[in-house]
Amino acid sequence: MKVLVPVKRVIDYNVKIRVKSDQSGVELDNVKMSMNPFDEIAIEEAIRLKEAGDVEEIISISIGPEKAQETLRTALAMGADRAILVKTDEEVEPLAIAKILKAVVEQEGPKIVLMGKQAIDDDCNQTGQMLAALLGWGQGTFASDVKLDGSSLYVTREIDGGLETVNLTLPAVITTDLRLNEPRYASLPNIMKAKRKLLDVKTPEDYKVDISPRIKTLKVEEPAGRIAGIMVKSVSELVSKLRDEAKVI
Amino acid sequence: MTVLVIADHDNEKLKDSTLNTVTAATKFNSEIHVLVAGYNCALVANAAAKINGVDKVICADDISLKHPLAEAVTPVVVNLAGKYDQIMVAATTTGKNFMPRVAAILDMAQISDIISIENGNTFKRPIYAGNAIATVESNDTKKLITVRTTTFAAALTGDQSVVIENISIDSNQSLSSFVSSELSKSERPELTSAKIIISGGRGMGSGENFSLIEGIADKLGAAIGASRAAVDAGYVPNDYQVGQTGKIVAPDLYIAVGISGAIQHLAGMKDSKVIVAINKDDDAPIFQVADYGLVADLFEVLPELNKELS
Repeated sequence: MKVLVPVKRVIDYNVKIRVKSDQSGVELDNVKMSMNPFDEIAIEEAIRLKEAGDVEEIISISIGPEKAQETLRTALAMGADRAILVKTDEEVEPLAIAKILKAVVEQEGPKIVLMGKQAIDDDCNQTGQMLAALLGWGQGTFASDVKLDGSSLYVTREIDGGLETVNLTLPAVITTDLRLNEPRYASLPNIMKAKRKLLDVKTPEDYKVDISPRIKTLKVEEPAGRIAGIMVKSVSELVSKLRDEAKVI
Repeated sequence: MTVLVIADHDNEKLKDSTLNTVTAATKFNSEIHVLVAGYNCALVANAAAKINGVDKVICADDISLKHPLAEAVTPVVVNLAGKYDQIMVAATTTGKNFMPRVAAILDMAQISDIISIENGNTFKRPIYAGNAIATVESNDTKKLITVRTTTFAAALTGDQSVVIENISIDSNQSLSSFVSSELSKSERPELTSAKIIISGGRGMGSGENFSLIEGIADKLGAAIGASRAAVDAGYVPNDYQVGQTGKIVAPDLYIAVGISGAIQHLAGMKDSKVIVAINKDDDAPIFQVADYGLVADLFEVLPELNKELS
């Protein structure tokens, strides 16, 4: 069985982002970029399925600029077998990404697509669900546990009230939540080996997908800041402030 | 021009997030219909019919909708979609699960997690965990929207009751099935609608120590939350988590205890009206967003606070 793992190159989660002064977006120049953390978890889960003997091949894919090759090399160093870069310098929206992924799925024939529940840049949380819909597959979103059982999957999902387990008929899409696993670091020998693994470069046109945007970003601003508060010295001072000044208790 | 709001509920009760979503829907100045898709959900439909501003309730009551599986809910919404210009749902784990599926089938973009409606085509939404706010314009013929409920007040309910139209559906599907759920049971208010929240972080040291917070929560009628660090450490279940990937909250009072204030936690609570931070590390970033900060050992502060509130 093959597994497809889409990954996205985003600003590293430790970096404090800066909004451009002309409000056209977020500063990306000279900023450390990394693999979207949820996608790392997806790669890790795919590797664990492979280590358990349930999966023969892990294909990682990224849709983005030339430099997304670095992100794919990270996936290969962690344990993916080969990679595909669908190269474009445009910003591609979730629906168009899902259409490209659908075309790749039809070509490669994976039984499972494992991907992050959202990218930490646009915070859309859409692509996995859209892909499942376009393929007519079931979906296990926000997964905190995945069990393969013959031709079906048990996925435990993090939901607002607690946890929910669903059973999905394969093929299916899984999107990962934070507690699914702890992704491994790539070892140096594996980083070296990853350089020799196959990485195909394609374009959206190769898959006949129209990626023109449906949504236009008019401006990007800093959020309204909070006015600095005060430090209190004791619990009794705190309680009296909350009672008499803020009037919230 | 009509807006369809999809109700969030558990077949017995309408969730408050539906009321916030109706308020967001009123910004389109159109008729508003509410879809209640569930099983044995007549009580929910009746409650939805009493929300001020709602013109009609559509009730799809079918065993296949007992659990809000995305694969079952999606065809119901898609079949109704033709009549509507905007389709909206609260950005809860249920709404986030099925709405993109609807969008893809309709070949429409989805606008996630909106915090304001500037006009019929233009919306504001947070990106980068709320560290930037994007103003976006969609020119798709239908707007599929998930709503960040904390930025819209809850719609009021009245004694009136609008028409409830029952529709029959065929939502049988074999892609997915419900197996089980583990839901937290609590007498306390829900995190996303509580007026006061007291949250604990890694500084709590253990799950048992959360009992120090519980006593105070009971006195204040508060909900209990936690940081990701406290959830990852296993102190409390995942549904306590406040933050970018947990629940987004904006209560009147948020008390952060032993929480350092990682970006991802701040993203989930910085719109609270009053923030109190209690931490022994005076460099903790949480103090930068706090209205009232107290540098002290939480194991001394919490019992004292409990006593002061008596």
